[in-house]
Amino acid sequence: MKAHERITAAIRARTSRGEPALVAFMTAGFPSRERFREHLQQVAGGADVVEIGVPFTDPMADGVTIQRSSQVALQQGVSLRWILDELEAMPRPDAPLLLMSYLNPLLSLGIDRLAERAARAGISGLIVPDLPFDESDELRAALDPHGLALVQMVTPVTESSRLERLCAASQGFVYAVTRTGTTGRNVDVPQDVLDYFDRVRALARVPVCAGFGIRSREQIERLRGHVDGVIVGSALVEVLERGGDARQWLESLRPSTR
Amino acid sequence: MTVAAATADAERLLADEIAGRFPDERGRFGPFGGRYVPETLIPALERLEHGVREYLHAEDFQRELSRELRTWVGRPTALTYAPRLSERWGAQVWLKREDLAHTGAHKINNALGQALLAKRLGARRIVAETGAGQHGVASAAACARLGLTCVVYMGEVDMERQAPNVGRMRLLGATVVPVTSGDRTLRAAIDEALRDWVSDPLGTYYLLGSAVGPHPYPYLVRELQAIIGREAREQMLAEAGALPDAVIACVGGGSNAIGLFYPFIADRNTEILGIEAGGRGTGLGENSATLALGRPGVLHGSYSMLLQDENGQIQETHSVSAGLDYPGVGPEHSLLRATGRVRYETASDEEALAAVKECCEAEGILPALESAHALAGAKRWAQANPGKRVLVGLSGRGDKDMPTLQQTLIARLEAARQ
Repeated sequence: MKAHERITAAIRARTSRGEPALVAFMTAGFPSRERFREHLQQVAGGADVVEIGVPFTDPMADGVTIQRSSQVALQQGVSLRWILDELEAMPRPDAPLLLMSYLNPLLSLGIDRLAERAARAGISGLIVPDLPFDESDELRAALDPHGLALVQMVTPVTESSRLERLCAASQGFVYAVTRTGTTGRNVDVPQDVLDYFDRVRALARVPVCAGFGIRSREQIERLRGHVDGVIVGSALVEVLERGGDARQWLESLRPSTR
Repeated sequence: MTVAAATADAERLLADEIAGRFPDERGRFGPFGGRYVPETLIPALERLEHGVREYLHAEDFQRELSRELRTWVGRPTALTYAPRLSERWGAQVWLKREDLAHTGAHKINNALGQALLAKRLGARRIVAETGAGQHGVASAAACARLGLTCVVYMGEVDMERQAPNVGRMRLLGATVVPVTSGDRTLRAAIDEALRDWVSDPLGTYYLLGSAVGPHPYPYLVRELQAIIGREAREQMLAEAGALPDAVIACVGGGSNAIGLFYPFIADRNTEILGIEAGGRGTGLGENSATLALGRPGVLHGSYSMLLQDENGQIQETHSVSAGLDYPGVGPEHSLLRATGRVRYETASDEEALAAVKECCEAEGILPALESAHALAGAKRWAQANPGKRVLVGLSGRGDKDMPTLQQTLIARLEAARQ
């Protein structure tokens, strides 16, 4: 199985049980660099797919929580190289792992080197929030030989022919942003947003996951049937910040019927 | 294309630049530029690009812009011969007086043009970032003139050192939002303005103040600022009887510089020099000399030279002048550097302060600290090229710098008197 197919398979395994998959985002090395491996295992234990956030000094698509977690991680000396070293050295979690990074740290490591090192570290794909599809040829060409996914993001303002193109190009899953804006702020899910997810889902060949502002089981219940998975980021980062149990919290988001 | 290939291919790239083929259809200046933004902003940038194509060079838009530039901004700005600086430095020094433009700097050329464009695009709300406050003041003034709502993001550090401009913006009806994240200067203000824009990409117009950012901003800003160079070129021919031997401007993001340089790029006998902020030294975090000390990367939507560490994290910068205190630079400057057509040097904080003093004493003009970097560079060039003609972009006036000058030059003057 190619790396990107592992992501799709993990999401499908969950949806086949009638539940939306949980994709969990954590900033690498936050709140503590020393406990990164432990936190990753915790998160991977409660989620179907894990996004490991590479901290960046200028996270323009992120709200205050991830700005803060990024800053703390950087102050502790977390870098892309360190993250890849850690992942290579630790036992690999069952859940497929993605790297979520702004473009510049990736460019700085070198695109070819990144692809090779990410594959070696057991990464299945990448999400790059400031790299639109139109600028991504070079990165995709480097990731392809290793079978690594480049997940495309779509938004409620993405125009329809572009939406088709992005859905066709996305690997692993399609990251459907719930609303315009930065990460973190709570989102309610009105009917037009559900209609938008239905549109995305009709176009996508891979699962569709909704992200930005997902914090509660009630929201997830409402999205059920409209998406294949949900992405929780800021809310999980806040749990880790409080010293809470990430796995337990993630499990509390699962449907209550058991 | 890699940067090394760009340098190897310098002549062809320069020929394309002179022929006006940049930015290309992908928003690139050779290898530099492009559009690196979250997907949410793509429709807004496409709409802006469409608007630029539709209106910017249309006759009625240009007529309205020209009328406002003439009757409200006070263009053309003067070209001033500087006899006493010429005598001291040994070359003929000419100053392009953007400090005389309404609101006190070149920033108004861009702010007015973009505000007019925003109005045509149906925007009601404008967001802008500001470093020295000049772009914020210019945006606030243009919005007041056109009946638009204006929100300006400004780093806390800059609000303190450019305090007079904060009051001016508020008086002009703008909401000034202090930015407490990141480095609390211009770069953090751009981050925050982008976050605002991402939240309402179709209802808000982002009035970017420098020749940086995703396509089409570097192009749009250059087109609106090139009036500086076009006027100066004509004025030199009319008043000095010849083109300058050198054209010199300060470079932060690079909008006044690209505006002054662009009309001279085909004049191969005219040397072009950009002066960056050398700050306190060449160490990381001690300066804002992006073209001199950076390497290529992506920040704020475009691929250009960038001050960054070995992990691709953006560096903190320093300059005595808030307007130059920025770790990136416009992509067209990166191209001009790679082709060798423009040479980029630095001037230190102390050289800039000395130039402020010298320009005040010799010519009765208080230049902005940003512009003083260009003067410091011009002094060096003049001393090495006696008798030649040098045209300096005096991008703005220094009234806004009083808090900084009070603590430096004026404090020293007062100490000397006691």
